[in-house]
Amino acid sequence: MTEIREVPSPFCGIGTDDLTIDVNGQQVKVLSNGCAVNTLAFEHPITDTKPRIDGKEVSLDEAVARAATLLKHTHFPVIAGCATDVNGMRGLLALADRTGAVVDNANFNNARKNILALQDTGWMNTTLAEVKNRCDVLVIVGTDLEGFAPRFFEKYLWNEAMFLDNTSERDIIYLGTKPSGTASTSPSGKTAQVFECETQNLPDVVAVLRALVKGQQIQATSVAGILVSDLAAIAQKLKDAKYGVITWAAGALNYSHAELTIQTLCEMIKNLNETTRCSGFPLGGKEGDQTANQVCGWTSGYAARVSFAKGYPVYDPFLLDTHTLLENGEADALVWVQAFNASATPPKTNLPTIVVARSGMIFEKEPDVFIPVGTPGIDHAGHAYRLDNVVAIRLKKCRDSNLPSTATVLNAIEKNLREEVVC
Amino acid sequence: MLIKLTGGTVYDPASGVDGKKQDIYIQNGKIINKPSGEFQIDKEYDLKGKVVMSGAIDMHTHIGGGKGNIARTLLPEDHRLDPVAGTHLCRSGCGHVAPSTFITGYRYAEMGYTAGFEPAVLPINARQAHMEMGDIPILDKGGYVMLGSDDYLLRMLTAKKDQKAINDYVAWTMNAAKAIGVKVVNPGGINAFKFNQRKLDLDEQNSHYGVTPRDILQVLATAVKEIGVSHPLHVHGCNLGVPGNIETTLDTIQGIGGLPMHLTHIQFHSYGTEGDFKFSSGAARIAEAVNKHKNITIDVGQILFGQTVTASGDNMRQHANNKFASPAKWVTMDIECDAGCGVVPFKYKDQNFVNALQWAIGLETFLLVDDPWRIFLTTDHPNGAPFTSYPHLIRLLMDRTFRNDVLSTIHPEAQKMTTLASIEREYTLQEIAIMTRAGAAKLIGLENRGGLSAGNWADITVYTDNADRQKMFEKPDYVFKDGELVVVDGNVVHTKWGTTHIVKPHFDAGVEKDLRAYFDKYLTMKLDNFKISDDEFTEDGRGHLTTHPLNNVA
Repeated sequence: MTEIREVPSPFCGIGTDDLTIDVNGQQVKVLSNGCAVNTLAFEHPITDTKPRIDGKEVSLDEAVARAATLLKHTHFPVIAGCATDVNGMRGLLALADRTGAVVDNANFNNARKNILALQDTGWMNTTLAEVKNRCDVLVIVGTDLEGFAPRFFEKYLWNEAMFLDNTSERDIIYLGTKPSGTASTSPSGKTAQVFECETQNLPDVVAVLRALVKGQQIQATSVAGILVSDLAAIAQKLKDAKYGVITWAAGALNYSHAELTIQTLCEMIKNLNETTRCSGFPLGGKEGDQTANQVCGWTSGYAARVSFAKGYPVYDPFLLDTHTLLENGEADALVWVQAFNASATPPKTNLPTIVVARSGMIFEKEPDVFIPVGTPGIDHAGHAYRLDNVVAIRLKKCRDSNLPSTATVLNAIEKNLREEVVC
Repeated sequence: MLIKLTGGTVYDPASGVDGKKQDIYIQNGKIINKPSGEFQIDKEYDLKGKVVMSGAIDMHTHIGGGKGNIARTLLPEDHRLDPVAGTHLCRSGCGHVAPSTFITGYRYAEMGYTAGFEPAVLPINARQAHMEMGDIPILDKGGYVMLGSDDYLLRMLTAKKDQKAINDYVAWTMNAAKAIGVKVVNPGGINAFKFNQRKLDLDEQNSHYGVTPRDILQVLATAVKEIGVSHPLHVHGCNLGVPGNIETTLDTIQGIGGLPMHLTHIQFHSYGTEGDFKFSSGAARIAEAVNKHKNITIDVGQILFGQTVTASGDNMRQHANNKFASPAKWVTMDIECDAGCGVVPFKYKDQNFVNALQWAIGLETFLLVDDPWRIFLTTDHPNGAPFTSYPHLIRLLMDRTFRNDVLSTIHPEAQKMTTLASIEREYTLQEIAIMTRAGAAKLIGLENRGGLSAGNWADITVYTDNADRQKMFEKPDYVFKDGELVVVDGNVVHTKWGTTHIVKPHFDAGVEKDLRAYFDKYLTMKLDNFKISDDEFTEDGRGHLTTHPLNNVA
């Protein structure tokens, strides 16, 4: 039994690195600072240790060779999922470049809502430590923050801050969705203000809020069930704040063209910064989605929905959606990479399928090749990006599972497909 | 393997060789003296009539770190104009203003560059900077770690901690972030912006800490010197881009009191307020000050006309300039009680008075500073222009006729406001070699780089002499990296991975006591998880570290 302290987590998106775990052979137990997200993910047992071809156990070399052979005869393979660490993404992108594949992160349809807003008008954003030390007014839009990150309030808001005398007095305002618990109630008992509406009505609510921030007259007295006078009070609070923060999880804004709501928020933040400080704080970063976008960003120039079929990277945030490519019959093979979550199985397809994933994945239909890999941050060291996209955390190796890393497997497949060393 | 480069005309300012015919011998990646006795040459290159220099070193180029990746993600429309297909040797990617990492490496090498240094490494983002640079092939790289707006340092100054404590903190940070230099950006200004201050002059106090930029410059320049780091404090000064900022810049030079200091992209800090448009060139006064103060080095940050993107740690000034964004989109970030960043796409136009004069101010600066060992050729890539425009810039410096031809096409009022037409100086090949090789290696403190004498690593660029200097510097005949031939006729023929240059200044281990408490109380990462370890460079089998010596440290 070995106790390991200050273990960083790649699972929760907020880059928690104060976990204490106990490792007993292949078993991991979270001893302290766990949460609903991290404890489950760390304690997931290893069941598969051997790769399989057509359901039969084989050696890693055989599985790699079969994967390479399958890919050699494809014209438009899709490498989807893309849930792994930095080195895993490096290997994935090298393989995509070699095979002319599409690279598509599993969470891209959510990340896209932020990326489209960024690429159209930009934003003013902040990071976790700034939120912790400066935020005096936090507006949470359409999102159950404690459901997203169970320890967010405890770790970042309800403790000491450099620039606030009493962090218990921070204003917490929910717009749209109400919280699922009481984590947002401060230690001194101050409760969050909650202004509920249907999630799909947020575009109207946010538009009115921005108009009020800009000093426009609003004729209506309520919007989507929220009083305009309440929205005016929120607008005033943001104007009076020293360092307001507006946060949202793009995944929670599950209606068409939510990017326009996000853009309205980002433009409102710019308006607020004409007189005071205010920042956006998009939530995300689970299961390697920020990692995928970052590494794909510096390698190709684009976020992680890119085709290499033409020999150079082509970015299309809509047409290169894995589900679209599979449904339209455009793709001719699927590589599913998911090193973090054994429950995140590949999309249904009859195409040749190679799965490089966390041990214990259970398939409705056995893939042609399955290679179980180690989990970054448990079975091997690595790097992952936190939700705020600036901080890369250093993941530790916590046990000797002998499972190969994603990078080892994808690099081996790529090497099998070429003769010369490319760098 | 013994390689001989025969009969080339060698420009090696590090050894005082100025255009002399010399043979060069390479073995095991390094340059050696001619072997004595009998020896067998395995490969010989006939370089008669060719110009031979060491590999060029870009001492200030934004090639790694979060703001660069924000710039990439922000500008798909720019990448689409310059897609780069992969080959059997090279990875695919994109070029122009925010090139992908692989293309960055190939294109630098194809221009004869063998090293590039990222000047704005936020301590908390250092991991990313090194990971991105870890995907830049061929080049050696390194980074200057950014301090001066971090709350920890400002708290130390408010608490009147002594210089020794600050030295320990600076040295500790350099080790933790794997840096070779220290940079300060808008000293304290990035921090002041978080308190809603919109400008910060040299003697203006941070509203929370009561600390001034002058205080910060003084303690950091002192720290860098006292801990023995060769590269002087790398300073992006106050008031970037503000008309009249020349007074601040002159005051900064005067005020540092003889301490070594490098003023970066000084073009953006050399503006007067004369003339009808209240915008004028301060280049002559800046050059005079630089010529007089031998402790000062500068790089220019030349602007060149066309589309680019500005990516800076200076979110205070970037925010102030957001209305100039072209296309109209921009990003700023406040980052981790550490620093910030701002990304604003920009199009410099030769028919815009201000842009045209900025162009002239940069060139005046190059031509009026006497000592090429104290001025460096940069565009502050990509802020003034992408690095791929260096051959054009070299032609502007070496060819007065060409320079004046271009001058005659820019905004007429800008032509009236510059003395450029009357400046006769043309840079020589040796002066170019100093600025882009020997001088840069000396400034950064690189051991065994930037020279062609025995003992140096064999980073060598071979050009065909051509009166059109742009053509000459665009396409070297050969580029060797660590003795391996990587480029022929301006095309990559072989790839390899370069090293990461660092220094490891000493510090009192006790510095971690207060830091650990601070990290636990206020930051979002544990101290031990913050420090970057050596294996993060080496574990994928590609990267490695080269530690350079310190000054006056036993």
